[in-house]
Amino acid sequence: MTLPSDHPRVQFRTVGKSYGEVAAVRNISLDIAAGTLVTLLGPSGCGKTSTLRLIAGLEHPTSGRILIDGQDVTHLSAAERDVSMVFQSYALFPHMNVLENTAYGLLASGMKRREAEESAVAKLKAVGLAGFERRLPSELSGGQQQRVAVARAIVLEPKVLLFDEPLSNLDAKLRRQVRDDIRALQQNLGLTVVYVTHDQDEALAVSDRIVVMQGGFIVQDGTPRDLYERPANRFIADFIGNANLIPVQVMACDGDLATITLGTVRMQVPHRGLSPGPALMAIRPHAVRVAAGKTGVPFRGRVCKAAYLGGHIEYVVAIETVGAEVFVIDGNVHAPLAVGEVVDVSILVADTALVPASDEK
Amino acid sequence: MPWVIGFWASLVVVPWYGLEAGLSSQSWPAAAEAAWHGRSWLLVLLPPVLLASLAGGLRWPRLMALAGVSGLLLLALEAWLIAGKSQPPLGWGALVYASCALVVAAYGLAWQGWCRGDVFIVAAIGAVCASTLVFVGYPVSCVLISAFRDNAGHLDFGLFAAKITDRSIWGLDCLTGGRNCGVAWNSLALACIVGVLSTLIGLAFALIAARTHFPAKRLLRLMSILPVITPPFVIGMSLILLFGRSGMVTAWLNHWLDIPRSRWIYGMTGLTLAQLLAFTPIAFLVLLGVLQGVSPSMEEASQTLRSGRWRTFTKVTWPLIRPGLANAFLIGFIESLADFGNPVMIGGNFRVLSTAVYFAVVGAAQDQGGAAVLSIVLLAFSLTAFVLQRAWVGRRSYVTVSGKGDSGQPGALPRSLHVVCLGVVLPWIVLTASIYGIILVGGFVKAIGSDNTPTWEYFLTAFAIGHGDHGFFLAGSAWNSLFTTLKVALIAMPLTAGLGILTAYLLSRQRFAGRGVFEFLTMLSFAIPGTVIGISYILAFNTAPIELTGTGLIMVIAFVFRNMPVGIRAGIANLSQVDKSLDEASLTLGARSAATLRRVILPILRPAVVTAMVYAFVRAITSVSAVIFLVSGEYNLATVYIVGRAEFGEYGLAIVYSAVLIVIIVSALLAIQLLVGERRIGRREIAQKRVPTPELAQA
Ligand SMILES: Nc1ncnc2c1ncn2[C@@H]1O[C@H](COP(=O)(O)OP(=O)(O)O)[C@@H](O)[C@H]1O
Ligand SMILES: [Mg+2]
Repeated sequence: MTLPSDHPRVQFRTVGKSYGEVAAVRNISLDIAAGTLVTLLGPSGCGKTSTLRLIAGLEHPTSGRILIDGQDVTHLSAAERDVSMVFQSYALFPHMNVLENTAYGLLASGMKRREAEESAVAKLKAVGLAGFERRLPSELSGGQQQRVAVARAIVLEPKVLLFDEPLSNLDAKLRRQVRDDIRALQQNLGLTVVYVTHDQDEALAVSDRIVVMQGGFIVQDGTPRDLYERPANRFIADFIGNANLIPVQVMACDGDLATITLGTVRMQVPHRGLSPGPALMAIRPHAVRVAAGKTGVPFRGRVCKAAYLGGHIEYVVAIETVGAEVFVIDGNVHAPLAVGEVVDVSILVADTALVPASDEK
Repeated sequence: MPWVIGFWASLVVVPWYGLEAGLSSQSWPAAAEAAWHGRSWLLVLLPPVLLASLAGGLRWPRLMALAGVSGLLLLALEAWLIAGKSQPPLGWGALVYASCALVVAAYGLAWQGWCRGDVFIVAAIGAVCASTLVFVGYPVSCVLISAFRDNAGHLDFGLFAAKITDRSIWGLDCLTGGRNCGVAWNSLALACIVGVLSTLIGLAFALIAARTHFPAKRLLRLMSILPVITPPFVIGMSLILLFGRSGMVTAWLNHWLDIPRSRWIYGMTGLTLAQLLAFTPIAFLVLLGVLQGVSPSMEEASQTLRSGRWRTFTKVTWPLIRPGLANAFLIGFIESLADFGNPVMIGGNFRVLSTAVYFAVVGAAQDQGGAAVLSIVLLAFSLTAFVLQRAWVGRRSYVTVSGKGDSGQPGALPRSLHVVCLGVVLPWIVLTASIYGIILVGGFVKAIGSDNTPTWEYFLTAFAIGHGDHGFFLAGSAWNSLFTTLKVALIAMPLTAGLGILTAYLLSRQRFAGRGVFEFLTMLSFAIPGTVIGISYILAFNTAPIELTGTGLIMVIAFVFRNMPVGIRAGIANLSQVDKSLDEASLTLGARSAATLRRVILPILRPAVVTAMVYAFVRAITSVSAVIFLVSGEYNLATVYIVGRAEFGEYGLAIVYSAVLIVIIVSALLAIQLLVGERRIGRREIAQKRVPTPELAQA
């Protein structure tokens, strides 16, 4: 392993990448610390893969610089960078067996065949594929193929290991396990990993840090908790955890807190840099409680839709005083509410966050 | 840095002038030439080398690029400005200098991030472009220029205008009772007729093969590879032996039915027949591919919608294959235009453009300017057809039909159509069989048609092995040209395949500015008729700065650039089925692109490589049009030798030699099949569809 240094492992300095007219990545600046797992998260087409390929050297930026361990690698080709990648399709060489695939990078870097094969066997064992050395990729299951791809990448002890949507070709059952395996491997070996996904649950589960991208920009960059609890804008609030976005008015700010009105109700929440005027309140589906009854505190709503999902029930509730419908996840499956029923709605203010009404960055 | 050292060596170690003289020659390195032979202008080549040494050591991208590019430009300037006047043709030193300058430039550009920082890719693009420019672009422009010159070498537009509108090219006398029309009309008419008829006959074959239970389908498959293994003029020659004045069939007809002997086979009729026999298999392959691409479920759907066989054929199948028919027509058209072997054999007084070019050069007139003008007309025709065909087929030709077999039965042919097709196919098979029968046995009888006593005479004249005081020696007259042919073909084979596959890799895997132009350039040599290539090579490479005529090298080069496009197509078709992430994975695992190409791409592309190699080898043995201009006393080729014999009426010898060539080619094909086999390929699950054979035949 390389020694820790005072540089971040990967640095992007205002990096842009366009394909002809299409700007895939726009002026991104980003630091990735050694030994962490950073996820690039965003909807399809937002430039995650392009960013990953910029790190790998498979694309070269149209503007800006990229540094790895403080060294400028902007114009270095992929082969000259100490970076490995696990491809979405795994990209195992079909004409080589598992051992040859795993030893490929070591041989390319000039290592003796015996040594190379020894390390390859060791790494295959580490990913649980001992005994599969002589198989061809076509004779492996999807999950096994992926483990070969991982072994092939980590056997080179790269400075950065890249994953592009590693779970997308696996069946649903296997995903959770592979996700945990990747995280365990990363922590055990102290790898620096950049991980691309469009699935927020996956991102929240594996990451030290999440970088959310939209339209080629980074829109927020923080720990999973930061993102979930303090989304920077309505896009993130919606994308991560499906928050209800309810229009509110910020009346006044006082210290950390803002006084807002939600419908007719006033409450105090952290203002997060907003000034008085219209704003949105992000309310998680779990943060809304509904109950039959006529107490009327603090809101009154009517059930529009209800869906029983075994472990919980999903409701859509129209809150008349606010003029909005909210999506609610309710764990109380034993007392279902009927469609059309009038209910009391309460909101756990601690689980809400204010976000700007419009999405400029 | 080794390339900078090479750069130095090109000036101070390797002899600058004279390719053939080699290293042992009178010629000195450029530095010595400058110092002692008063060629001080060679010193302009020094600054780029100094610059490269400096920039390479300090890793200054811009300066490095400048050094390389200026080296190339100065070399070009030096070569052309002083060409012919006071310096001999360039030699190995210049070649090494140019290569090193190219790589130095590639380093400079890659360091600036060109082609994702990949030196090999930049250098490969540069090398392919430069060599295509030198060996395709430059010769063709020499033809253009020489068309505008009079015999003294002055530019003369009036003369050009007069020549290109000449009656011998565009005259229409034959319509008004005169003897001959212009060669341009002859060529066009012939090409149209052959295009239409070969498409129709090919369609009949394809329908029989794809839509009926014809018992001898293997026979049809065999027929489809015939044009690949047959030298083009052989068909014409054996038609003469069958239908010529003293031909076999003519003799029978004369004997039994008292039909007088005549010379009808020499001229347009015979030529049309010969070209049809030669090119129908190509149309067959193209149309077979098209018919197999029509999903049977569509025809089934039509039949469930209450349409009978005839209605299904006319309303569903026919419209679906119409684009394929146009494609087959254009291919037949281009082939007919470019054909040289048959017109020269059987054309008689019926001149077409390709033969007219040849006779303008070799005839008494020695009219290179006239040949150039004719070449321009020919080039214009075939380029137009080529562009049309490209536009028509478009990108589709690169995309193979999905391998997923669409289950279902193709609709049966309407009865009347079935009968018509059989009526065309069966006689055609008989004709083809007799043609090849004649080729195989004709050389082993005294005089086919009139005296059928078996003899080894011709075979021994060509291939005798004598025994003298010094042991065995090759006494036959054909050995020399046969060995030259094999040598040239074997050298050209890996070069053609390598350059083709490399170009395919660049085209399908790299994005770079000017990619479209690059693709067009590399495909262009496909469209240029061999005769034009031949004359252009004579014009371009006869004198300094690049002198190659009379060497074996020029033939190798001609073959490489003429046959490379097949490698490109096979490569692109195969690469488009190989996931791009495979090469990217290899790159991120630290293998540079040259290693990636060798260790990942090439093994996967094995079928394409084999196709390209086989094709390059076979074409080098069978082609005649380009090389007939390029052979010399020392380096004669088999095909040219055969054409020469046939022109003197020595058909026995010519036919024996042709049969031997065909046997050699067939054994080579079988050997390759055995050697390469399907073993390693079969192990793989990856989509390994065969390269569509029409592409191969389409040359
Ligand atoms: N090779 C390419 N050529 C042109 N456009 C591309 C190319 N690769 C990606 N793009 C475009 O760049 C944008 C970002 O793509 P990508 O990084 O693959 O997104 P993501 O991985 O987030 O789905 C998309 O709009 C995509 O269409
Ligand atoms: Mg992606």
